[in-house]
Amino acid sequence: MKQFIQDVIKINDFQPVRLLTILREVQAEFRFISKQAIEIIADELNIERTQIISVVEFYSFLHLEPRGQYDILFSDSITDHMLGKQSLMDYMSKQLNVAIGQTREDGLVSLDNTACTGLCDQGPAALINGVAIPQLNQQKIDTIIDLINKKQPVSAWPNTIFAIADNILKSNLLLKTEIVHGEAIKAAFDRGLTETLEEINASGLRGRGGAGFSTAMKWKFCSEENETERYVICNADEGEPGTFKDRVLLNRYAHQVFEGMTVCAAIIGSKQGFLYLRGEYYYLYQQLQQVLEQRRQQGLLGKDILEQGFDFDIEIRLGAGAYICGEESALIESLEGKRGIPRNRPPYPVTQGYLNKPTIVNNVETFLAAANIVANGANLFAKLGTKKSSGTKILSISGDCAAPGIYEYPFGTSISQILTDCGANDVLGVQVGGPSGTFISNQELERKLAFEDLPTGGSFIIFNQSRNILDVVKNFSHFFADESCGFCTPCRVGTSLLKKQLDKIVDGHGSAGDVIALDEICQLVKNNSHCGLGQTAANPVLSTLQRYPELYQNQLKDIGYEPGFDLDASLETARRLANRDDAAAHLAQTEE
Amino acid sequence: MSKTISIDGKDIPFKEGQTIIEAATEAGIYIPHLCHNPDYEPHGSCKLCTVKVNGRNCSACTFPAMEGQEVVNATKELADDRQKITQMLFVEGNHFCPSCEKSGNCQLQGVAYHLNMLDNHFPHFFADREMDASHPDILIDHNRCIFCNLCVRASKETDGKNVFAISGRGINKRLIINSKSGQLKDSDIAVNDCATHICPTGAILVKRTGYSVPIGQREFDHKQIDEVTLQKEHKDHG
Repeated sequence: MKQFIQDVIKINDFQPVRLLTILREVQAEFRFISKQAIEIIADELNIERTQIISVVEFYSFLHLEPRGQYDILFSDSITDHMLGKQSLMDYMSKQLNVAIGQTREDGLVSLDNTACTGLCDQGPAALINGVAIPQLNQQKIDTIIDLINKKQPVSAWPNTIFAIADNILKSNLLLKTEIVHGEAIKAAFDRGLTETLEEINASGLRGRGGAGFSTAMKWKFCSEENETERYVICNADEGEPGTFKDRVLLNRYAHQVFEGMTVCAAIIGSKQGFLYLRGEYYYLYQQLQQVLEQRRQQGLLGKDILEQGFDFDIEIRLGAGAYICGEESALIESLEGKRGIPRNRPPYPVTQGYLNKPTIVNNVETFLAAANIVANGANLFAKLGTKKSSGTKILSISGDCAAPGIYEYPFGTSISQILTDCGANDVLGVQVGGPSGTFISNQELERKLAFEDLPTGGSFIIFNQSRNILDVVKNFSHFFADESCGFCTPCRVGTSLLKKQLDKIVDGHGSAGDVIALDEICQLVKNNSHCGLGQTAANPVLSTLQRYPELYQNQLKDIGYEPGFDLDASLETARRLANRDDAAAHLAQTEE
Repeated sequence: MSKTISIDGKDIPFKEGQTIIEAATEAGIYIPHLCHNPDYEPHGSCKLCTVKVNGRNCSACTFPAMEGQEVVNATKELADDRQKITQMLFVEGNHFCPSCEKSGNCQLQGVAYHLNMLDNHFPHFFADREMDASHPDILIDHNRCIFCNLCVRASKETDGKNVFAISGRGINKRLIINSKSGQLKDSDIAVNDCATHICPTGAILVKRTGYSVPIGQREFDHKQIDEVTLQKEHKDHG
């Protein structure tokens, strides 16, 4: 083991910032990070063992206890549930004789849930030893069970099991006009870098991650910093449930994304960029490395790019299962080999980001759009969309519709138009922007896709009349409680309280006052949390409570009060100790 | 002319680089806090010091004071939220004041008194947490840890030791000890370390000293935490 770890650390240049990369490899090889491994890594990297333990405990793909030789994680997005995930998982659990959340005694297999894997248009999905598998069905599950029982290594499984489709179903400006390799970089130098920044400004491009900050402004602020060591980061930690467009962009348009990063680097004066790729997209890692290598050979990355005396390169770093790392400052912490805890702001990343140097963090789609704008001019982009939201938005459409997949629309398009295009009938509502976004009812379908009306990072989940809204809200609220980083009190405790309180109501144990108590927790979490996760964690409850108050009220029992825990079950230990089981040793849940 | 911010309508001078809480403390205004200690880099995690700055909620311990800021601190709305955040800390761990040797000297208890907290309001988590009594002189009761990070900072910055770290995620967050066994006895901690004495609650205690000051004569038995804190933090740092 020592040799393996030392080799991994050597390949990673003894850099503590690459701790996550190192731990991923140790996990893959030994199926856990043992105490012994921790001591070796701490020694070799000259860091505290506590840093390693805390990183392992933070990321859900790293473990202190051994996982099975086959580590199976079912995607737990609401869309996976809508596609019948639970019965498939139960079936697998039974057939493989392993309980959900456990590792089988012989160590062959572990089975558990994981947050949305970004395959909502082709779910139910799972990760097996970190590799994504779409479109699970009975037949596929049987094949997988068979392969596991025969102890076939995952690398030898038939490729068809892993085949993932792009499903690009509607293209507009960005998806239609792919640029020639190097075109945007050349255009930037021909036009002049200052002029190029002005061109991006003229396009009105705003960040595509959801927050919508002006891209040109961000780049300008960063370029004006005194510190000249600067970094460009592409945020490919696409973790918002229901979003998968970055997966497709990186599979199909990686050159253009890297080109956008390179143009950004030229403008802000950066020599090093990073693609922070979510761990769930591990299967894209090799092919993205090849794209980078190809670009180096084409003179579009590395030294003296296009003979302009401009040096820039890109390193890909993988995440390890933490939604919070989509938040830019948490992402930066993660890139530095730490737990993904959002930083205090100010300072903002543009002044103090990676290694406390000025840093640009933009979404995959933002870089893609920037490359297009620089190559083809701002006009084509700016004339699309609305006044405040120019250009197009690439949507990941999933849920109840005939044709889930990738759709690109000019901003300002109505929700009803989108629903017609993807073949959604009998619509109950749409979750726009994922769990952290807004639930809109079928009374609001004329609302528009735009920063000023319905902003979205790309997630667009459709529900038809057969769905129970409370099931959806429950799934989302559990997601936030699972993904809260735990840094601040309101989010750490609040998201768990919210989950419990919601479960109490949805499971039929709520009584008068419980909906008010739910709303109170929501407000507290929303108003006092440290970062966007906590500030939006209550949105699923708040937006549905506002639209369907009767749904919540109808769940309540017509009694004064019912406690949130099972009274009678709590007495079980006492009954056992007292060796009693008479009527007086039992308690009713509510007064009779 | 010195620069000023306004706190609850009152003009407060500040020096460049000061945070809102630093300016407030100097002016004799108390903003409740637990994870903040002026000797250390602000942390901003307990969120008790949340104030409204130009209408937006911000942590006073991390947010820089800037000319012309309108800060709102002493309102019923903020006091209610602070009380509930304190209640969250109480239900998250296992805090039994009457049987805790820190009672009367505990800042969590002191803040709760100050915010007029009369019950725990939220359902308890009944978290399963451990005690570490392995060290001959120092005891850790994880039931009372509120993750203020002060022992982590003190051990690192003042003691130069790195005895503590925060691990886990979300509600499973926990304090861990830097030793091969994970136990305090095998760590570098010493009874005179700053980290041994900085805990605002009863999570880190020095053994055999619990009742050297009797209950009834302790810090918050007669004085409110605002008075005690202002005196301490203003004197040392004003």
